[in-house]
Amino acid sequence: MITGVRSRGARARSTMFGYANLVPFVFFALFPFYFMLITSFKSNAELYSLKSVPLWIQNGAIVDHYRYLFARTEFLTLIRNSLVISVTATGVSLVIAVLAGYSLARFRFRGVGSFGTAVFITYLVPPTLLFLPLSQVVNWLGISDTIWALIVTYPTFLVPFSAWLLMGYFRTIPREIEECALVDGASRMRTLLRIALPMAIPGIVCVVLFGFTLTWNEFIYALTFRSQSSNKTAIVGVTADLIRGDIYYWGSLMAGAVLASVPVVACYVFFLDYYVSGLTAGAVKG
Amino acid sequence: MAIRSPAFEVAGLHRPTGRMARVREWWEQEHVFGYGLIAPAFVLITCLVAYPFAMAIYFSLSDYWVGSPGGFVGLANFREIFGNEVFRQTVQNSFVFTVVALTCKAVLGVWLAVLLARNLKGKRILRGAVLLPWVIPTALSTLGWQWMFDSLYSVVNWTAVNAGLISAPGPNWLGMSGYAMAAVITVNVWRGLPFFAITVLAGLVSIPREYYEAAEVDGASSFDRFWHVTLPLLKPVLAVVLLFSTIFTFNDFNIVYVLTRGGPVNSTHLFATLAYQTGLAGGNLGQGAAISLFMLPLLGLVVFFQLRYIRRE
Repeated sequence: MITGVRSRGARARSTMFGYANLVPFVFFALFPFYFMLITSFKSNAELYSLKSVPLWIQNGAIVDHYRYLFARTEFLTLIRNSLVISVTATGVSLVIAVLAGYSLARFRFRGVGSFGTAVFITYLVPPTLLFLPLSQVVNWLGISDTIWALIVTYPTFLVPFSAWLLMGYFRTIPREIEECALVDGASRMRTLLRIALPMAIPGIVCVVLFGFTLTWNEFIYALTFRSQSSNKTAIVGVTADLIRGDIYYWGSLMAGAVLASVPVVACYVFFLDYYVSGLTAGAVKG
Repeated sequence: MAIRSPAFEVAGLHRPTGRMARVREWWEQEHVFGYGLIAPAFVLITCLVAYPFAMAIYFSLSDYWVGSPGGFVGLANFREIFGNEVFRQTVQNSFVFTVVALTCKAVLGVWLAVLLARNLKGKRILRGAVLLPWVIPTALSTLGWQWMFDSLYSVVNWTAVNAGLISAPGPNWLGMSGYAMAAVITVNVWRGLPFFAITVLAGLVSIPREYYEAAEVDGASSFDRFWHVTLPLLKPVLAVVLLFSTIFTFNDFNIVYVLTRGGPVNSTHLFATLAYQTGLAGGNLGQGAAISLFMLPLLGLVVFFQLRYIRRE
């Protein structure tokens, strides 16, 4: 070990050095959230006074901004919209991606290679390239300005990502067990559902978490395909037109931003390790 | 090719005679089953990715406005765009934005990954904290930044003024072109840094410790170890992350849209925000599509390198 070579003092110094260097990064990462949080609890008088110190709450925390959000806006409707859209789109994408990912990982047939490449390219295509024509497609389907517009379009970026990730997971599972099941007379579909799927649970959890996070956070499609206020997602609602009227709205705006982040932060706190592994698998293995 | 539903096949399982048996036998063939499983994904990608993509190309070659499908006009949209001052400004913005943000993210990201790779106490919490900006909805955290860069109550300026770094009242971040670009880049780096750091970290921890031990025995300083051992071994991971990040950075929409709407005087417009403004807010779908297609060459280049990398694996 390296540590055997060095003295104890040198090791302690180097540990201190490590922490000290991390401080600016952690501060940079977390300060905006801290600031959003304290803003949402400050009174307007304190927020818009040039004499107050902006770095902490001086005149006592208040919940008026949150109360305003629930009493005077459609915030809860928007949260419900977002939940319905995210859960449905993630569920649909998961089913499609499990089937495609398994097929890509296990079977040899003509065109499987090209399809894998196509999935990968689609994974790289950014939504900003497709939002204009998709807005017309959504129009023609007659689902613009309904929550269906997003449920139908979100799988376009979720399925390639999820199929790619699951393909990687299925490949790490030894195929011998599945072959045994097939020899014993189980159908291929049964083999997939009863044997391969349970072993790919970590991959599936990863896909569900990322699917939920990506759809909940999605902005450009949600902004483009919806116009009526009550049909919007929470993110677009808070950003666009939920809280306006007078110029003093930063308090309730930050309250909305904090609350609309709660679902993803909750997932994140409980499943941190899945996020880390999914993030690296998506980029490094892919 | 007709795709049979799985439920139908399971029903056939119990009566292994006659037509059912033949259907089941057909469905159990490797290639039939394989095609069957990719069929839903194939339909989705064809209808909602490939077809819209073809439409984007058609739009860009036509005189298409929202609500009034126009005729084919050839390259007129592209000619018009090239003559447009705002578009030329956008091209310049996009490159400045991408190059500066990517450089910052790469340098800081590798540095942060090296720091996080050490066996420190509270490692998991530190990683969790650093990754947080990547998880929170970008549009919302950007709202927070907008408030931090407020023209009157900016906490950034307040802190800098009170620390004696600048004189009051400090720059109007979102109202002056150079500063607005700096603000947009800052937020992009803030949001993209975790992705860089965590991915590079995954590459770092996979480097065998023996290399470092050997280097140490040879008397290499910690900088030498980083420069001659870590960096060369990180190159493949770094290349992939850089390629990914190039796409995401170049195509950024959320940050610019929320923070500046492309202003002041178009100094922060990127392709995506200009395409949105022209195609949807302005209703000129033809030109909007043409603008968004300018993102294509870079995307093509990245796809090319990524595919080559994957094939080599």
